[in-house]
Amino acid sequence: MRHIGTRSLAMALLAVAALTIACSSSTGVAAAPPLKPEKDRKPAPDFTLKDSNGATVRLSDYRGKVVLLDFWATWCTPCQVEIPWFMEFEQSLKGKGFAVVGVSMDEDGWDVVKPYIQKRRINYRILLGDDRTGELYGGLDALPTTFLLDRHGRVAAVHIGLANDKDGFLHEITELLGARRAGTDPADGGTAALARAR
Amino acid sequence: MRGQGSAALSLGEVQTLVATRGQTARQTLTLYVRASFHVNSNKPNDDYLIPLRLTWDKGPIEAGAVEYPEPQLEKSGFSDKPLSVYSGTFHVVTAFRAPAEAVPGPATITGKLRYQACNNRECLPPRTMEIRVPVEIR
Repeated sequence: MRHIGTRSLAMALLAVAALTIACSSSTGVAAAPPLKPEKDRKPAPDFTLKDSNGATVRLSDYRGKVVLLDFWATWCTPCQVEIPWFMEFEQSLKGKGFAVVGVSMDEDGWDVVKPYIQKRRINYRILLGDDRTGELYGGLDALPTTFLLDRHGRVAAVHIGLANDKDGFLHEITELLGARRAGTDPADGGTAALARAR
Repeated sequence: MRGQGSAALSLGEVQTLVATRGQTARQTLTLYVRASFHVNSNKPNDDYLIPLRLTWDKGPIEAGAVEYPEPQLEKSGFSDKPLSVYSGTFHVVTAFRAPAEAVPGPATITGKLRYQACNNRECLPPRTMEIRVPVEIR
């Protein structure tokens, strides 16, 4: 009897694993890797770029905040899925030590990017990237590529391509926000913020 | 980012184009899109998307109209409108006219194919493929 039970459990686990793989391949999105342990995090390469208002922005100016750094382009259709998620995160977590920074890799520059920002009503800061920025971040062979930076400006997670879902990002952001003061203090971007952004 | 990334589009063997002076000759490019990817058609359904575009440099024979194939309309989770794309193998045809005063003999015409590829997860940066077609003018 016990032997049958173990075998049934193994079969059930295999079935769940197969279902998980099938679901993943049918949606065409990969499972998000977990946040890197703190000891494995490397500093995000610093850069200085202009934003859509002409202001000079240094990435290191965001030190002390959790940053979602999104490399995207107006011609990138999967990027269009994530942008509304990031707008929600910006809206709900802006005052909690969090910021979204979008870096457009459009060759045609502000002529195409500014109208896109207005059309989409993007509420977070957009910078115009260049070749050097791309090289700093490993070439950026595919868009979207999104980096999550911890409060110390270190890379805690990288998502290449369209992420699984909004909640995956949100959990990672919330975990990073909570790392400063452990616990679920809503004022620190904890569970209440998570619920609001859902 | 710019001009980098692995190619999602490759060009098949290019045959020598035989062009008779005073007449028109049709040149066909065969293109292969990497599995799971697509490239935007010459008329994508969104102004922000980068169209496939073949342009020819000035040469010993004159490029006329470029004929693109009918696009595939691909439903995506990104937009209500289906994407207008090419995938698999497709052909782009150009009509060339050899002027009556063209010098007979071998020549080369060159052009550029601009394209941008995506799959359902990610997009590769726009690229420009250099095209060279050997020509025999008679």
